Amino acid sequence: MSDLLNLDLSSAQKSLKNREISSVELTKAYLDAIEKTSSLGAYIDLQKDYALEMAKNSDKKINQGVAGPLEGIPIGVKDMFCTKDIKTTASSKILENFYPTYESTVTQNLWNDGAVMLGKLSCDEFAMGSSNETAAKGNVINPWSKTIPMSPGGSSGGSAAAVASRSALAATGTDTGGSIRQPAAFCGITGLKPTYGRCSRWGIVAFSSSLDQAGPLTRTVSDAAIMLNSMAGYDNKDSTSANLEMPDLTSYLDKSIKGKKIGIPKEYTQDGISEDIVSFYETSIQFLKDSGAEIIPVSLPHTKYALPVYYIIAPAEASSNLARYDGVRYGTRKEAESLDDMYELTRGEGFGDEVQRRIMIGTYVLSSGYYDAYYLKAQKVRRLIKEDFDNTFENVDFLLTPSTPSTAFELGQKQDPLTMYLNDIFTVPASLAGLPGISIPVGLDKAGLPVGIQLIANSFDEPNLISVAHTLEKSANFNVIAQGAAK
Amino acid sequence: MSNIKSIVDIPTVNKIARLARLQIPEKNKQNLTNDLNNILEFVAQLNEVDTSNVEPLASVTGHKLPLRNDEVTDGNIEQLVLKNAPESSSGFFVVPKVIE
Repeated sequence: MSDLLNLDLSSAQKSLKNREISSVELTKAYLDAIEKTSSLGAYIDLQKDYALEMAKNSDKKINQGVAGPLEGIPIGVKDMFCTKDIKTTASSKILENFYPTYESTVTQNLWNDGAVMLGKLSCDEFAMGSSNETAAKGNVINPWSKTIPMSPGGSSGGSAAAVASRSALAATGTDTGGSIRQPAAFCGITGLKPTYGRCSRWGIVAFSSSLDQAGPLTRTVSDAAIMLNSMAGYDNKDSTSANLEMPDLTSYLDKSIKGKKIGIPKEYTQDGISEDIVSFYETSIQFLKDSGAEIIPVSLPHTKYALPVYYIIAPAEASSNLARYDGVRYGTRKEAESLDDMYELTRGEGFGDEVQRRIMIGTYVLSSGYYDAYYLKAQKVRRLIKEDFDNTFENVDFLLTPSTPSTAFELGQKQDPLTMYLNDIFTVPASLAGLPGISIPVGLDKAGLPVGIQLIANSFDEPNLISVAHTLEKSANFNVIAQGAAK
Repeated sequence: MSNIKSIVDIPTVNKIARLARLQIPEKNKQNLTNDLNNILEFVAQLNEVDTSNVEPLASVTGHKLPLRNDEVTDGNIEQLVLKNAPESSSGFFVVPKVIE
């Protein structure tokens, strides 16, 4: 079985197509792996029978010569994606018995292309968190943990832990302020957040609608390209979906980056960032230089305001989006005498602490008398942050930054909300500007934990982002497997 | 802009919780108040930025919101609509009595 787990998505795709392996064999290997790694808590709903049925169907299609690009590939799905007739909870108590009657566009695209669903993956409640500790069903453990259980990052912590522990060949994630890139960095895998509008948001549980974007978590850049090829696409059910063709990303993997200009923003190497990360960052700059890229120091002066802007805009949008959980149309209800008491009790008991904090902040900054001072102000500074990027991309093709200020931390270590928010300091700016970003594992720090480096490209430039990410991946040649991975 | 330094106290937390329809246990209110003040203090650094000639940015898509024809695209899915309701009866969502 271990040979099967050693295949990355690109290799499995070839072996399936050449009928060297079957999807049923591959899916069974992953179901076994999930059992072996169950103590990590990555999966909150395993779909064993359904997965095997899908795998059989894929084998049939392969034999008939009508296989899709992802035919027979077993993947995990973050529990933020609505899956028809399969429980979708967003890791929240308030949705503990929610069975969607429709399928999200992104997951439908994956099934249309032949992917096999292993199950639903844990995440922070409503994707609000950076450690996966706000999940109603409890922590996920980073497969890189040695003696002390470490956080896999968040909010797509289950997705990152599943891919890093070889309990899924790839996984879907969502990223609002870093929720794909930060856990990917913590778990030593690749995480790609596409341009806002590249993937449809239809059927994804809404958190912050001007920021939410789906993307893949995978072992390699090549796997990310294959996954995004299937996930992306115009959808008239999402009014913010971009009606733009995306070329086959895999055709960009081996394009040379000779002469490409890489910007090094001075604002991303500040005090408080781990020394090991700085050192890997410098090595990564050198790798790209050696590959023929031109390194250009740049400045994005409003970077330090990205987090404060984010922690006004995201909670504001969340407070509005989460108003729908009222105990009437779906979700759990706490009975009370009056309608208002029923609303308050349902929401007070159904939402966890972090979600309540964000609803409170969001309601406050949108409330009468404070709207201009907070929300409008944040929207104005958001424009300045976006203009920093627009100006910079007139002179460079990509930006290279660390993905996170530190490597994975111990579970339970960051109790103060603000300290937790600082985790997303390097991922939030690109989110506010809607830009695509990818985190690539480049090495291990002194504690043996993975270090991620982020590349950011201009809007809708995922193709060239794949070229430069693949170049960095080849140079870094990170090929260590997490000790907690299935063997 | 002078408002941005405002400090949240327990009566304010009660008011916001009421607006957000959240029942917050008494014993959690002080901690929540402290958290909110820390977060609001942190975001107050935006006051340093001169935004006097800056338009607010609500969307990064760069395209105009598309319009579609106002046509019925589905229907007759009453059972699906009610499927996840905590309580329903005769094709309706049921809520606690609102009229005495």
